[in-house]
Amino acid sequence: MAKTLFDKIWEMHAVAPTPGGATLIAVDRVFLHERTGAAALKRMAEMGRKVRDPARVFAVMDHIVDTRPGRGDGTLMQGGTGFITETRAACRDAGITLFDVNDRDQGIVHVISPEQGIVLPGLTLVAPDSHTCTQGAFGALAWGIGSSEAEHAMVTGTLRLEKPKTMQVRFDGKLSEGVTAKDMILTLIAAHGAGGGAGHVVEFAGEAVSALDMEARMTLCNMATEFSAMTGMIAPDAKTYEFLSGRTYAPTKFDDPAWADLISDTDAVFDEEITIDASAIAPMVSWGTSPEQTIAVTGTIPQGPAQAHEYIGLNAGTAIAGTPIDVAFIGSCTNSRISDLRRAARILRGKRIAPSIKTALVVPGSLSVKRQAEAEGLHDIFTAAGFEWRMSGCSLCFYAGGEGFAPGSRTISSTNRNFEGRQGPGIRTHIASPETVAASAIVGAITDPRDAMADKAGVS
Amino acid sequence: MTPFPNTLTSAAAPLMRDNIDTDTIIPSREMRSTGRDGLADGMFAPWRYDDADARIENPQFVLNQPAFRSATILLSGANFGCGSSREHAVWALAEWGIKAIIAESFAPIFHGNCIRNGILPITLPRDVIDGIAPGPVTIDLSAQSVIGGGASHAFDIDAEAKQMLMKGLDAIDLTMEQDRAIGSWTMADRAARPWVYLAKAG
Ligand code: SF4
Repeated sequence: MAKTLFDKIWEMHAVAPTPGGATLIAVDRVFLHERTGAAALKRMAEMGRKVRDPARVFAVMDHIVDTRPGRGDGTLMQGGTGFITETRAACRDAGITLFDVNDRDQGIVHVISPEQGIVLPGLTLVAPDSHTCTQGAFGALAWGIGSSEAEHAMVTGTLRLEKPKTMQVRFDGKLSEGVTAKDMILTLIAAHGAGGGAGHVVEFAGEAVSALDMEARMTLCNMATEFSAMTGMIAPDAKTYEFLSGRTYAPTKFDDPAWADLISDTDAVFDEEITIDASAIAPMVSWGTSPEQTIAVTGTIPQGPAQAHEYIGLNAGTAIAGTPIDVAFIGSCTNSRISDLRRAARILRGKRIAPSIKTALVVPGSLSVKRQAEAEGLHDIFTAAGFEWRMSGCSLCFYAGGEGFAPGSRTISSTNRNFEGRQGPGIRTHIASPETVAASAIVGAITDPRDAMADKAGVS
Repeated sequence: MTPFPNTLTSAAAPLMRDNIDTDTIIPSREMRSTGRDGLADGMFAPWRYDDADARIENPQFVLNQPAFRSATILLSGANFGCGSSREHAVWALAEWGIKAIIAESFAPIFHGNCIRNGILPITLPRDVIDGIAPGPVTIDLSAQSVIGGGASHAFDIDAEAKQMLMKGLDAIDLTMEQDRAIGSWTMADRAARPWVYLAKAG
């Protein structure tokens, strides 16, 4: 019988049925961070339980670490240092590999896992973090869980799962200039809702997906959780293997025939299928307080729930472009990799951000991304334009109680969540691609990045 | 974990919005230690307090209203518990005393976290939820029914989740009963997929 990529990985990992009718699924990798992983490690120690195979469990400090240069264990989050020191001690006790605050390879969990070759095609990988779906870009089954489940996975090497349904989302055709993977995923969520993927594993496919580089594929899969899917995934191809070859924890050669079978059979049937014309996608920007409240940057705000209009301070019928902003943020596991920084820097080269922008930050996804960007001189472009250049971490992707702005401030952000209060009490967040963030920072208002690009073409 | 009661009767507090996220249920700044307790105070802080720092209550917020202060059942719209995987959201609700949430749909990670912590997540159509508000509502887990608004409504729950809630089982203990199966599966897998198994951590 024809199988989907998901079916194949599921069958490969099915250890045994449980008496209750679920399946014990083997977990190949667990990745923790100090925010939610500490709770799992703590409970495990309290219960006198042990990690089954510590060599396959990793942890990183990324969520509440300071991102200002010269950082240590201090953090702006109240009580935050305890999370860092407790996680460090618990990792040592449990014998698991930790990427510590100032380690060479520190970075956001979903950025460093592929960088280190920890995620691989065909593996199961879990982390107590909803954006674990990012790593599905490598053809792995990678999904977010809670802290109790993380403890379960570490102790038993498995999780108890009901088999999810499958969905294929095809992006046919080619993206136009200035349109990115971020705009693809926002288009899907805007069209099918923040609950549109519930109960499903989503496989992304089609010409526009194959054309994406690995970093852009991660951006696409990153927001599968904003679609309420269990996870997103993309079948591995030559680009995937090329990206991973030679990475620290990856095999040196991907020559086992098993790798070649990691694709959905041509006649495989998905429980649901969605097709999107990639050539019709425009740069997107959110207007409200859910990722589904997103429109083309050239569009007009529709009538949404009253609470969303009230919180965001924008009325239906207004054009989104031209909305003044106070803060610009480039970072997060959605858009903080080297290609994201390169594209934003292209727009910012030789430009200054508008004087009305109170804060503009670039936070690279990992210290390795940071080094690469510095080798290319990108940091000079950002700082000359008026952005601050930071160490790696989650930073302003969410508000941990430290660094923040006055309530009512409006941000344009390359992150994934525009929830009420996500970036701080009363903060109004507009999510978009790094290009749109860069272009908007120059103007001081939400701006179509294609205008900035046309402008660039004109002067050069 | 304490088993779910045979029948649960309570006022049902309506929080009838879609997409209520875990950042709202427990904001990150309210998660002040690596433990699982002390979270109820920060539950729904952005809505529940007019001034969250001073803990000055917003009298409009449903759980601050006398009729719902001790409600153990919450009602909500679609995609409840979306966003961050933080289990702290469920720990906060459980500590406050919430035992069941009836919503149009749930975000998957939140749904799993509920089961692991003794909270029963029930999915029902929106018109049924509107019809049973504001309670009293009675939930019979073994019969899989919700009685409220003068009618009885059947709900679905998978067999394993039902059993875990009814008996208050710990998932890890349960899985360890299949430890031998896991061990022999792993041995065979080690031979089939050697690259999965990394050298001992440094
Ligand atoms: S960057 Fe943001 S979304 Fe990504 S892991 Fe960190 S907090 Fe979560």
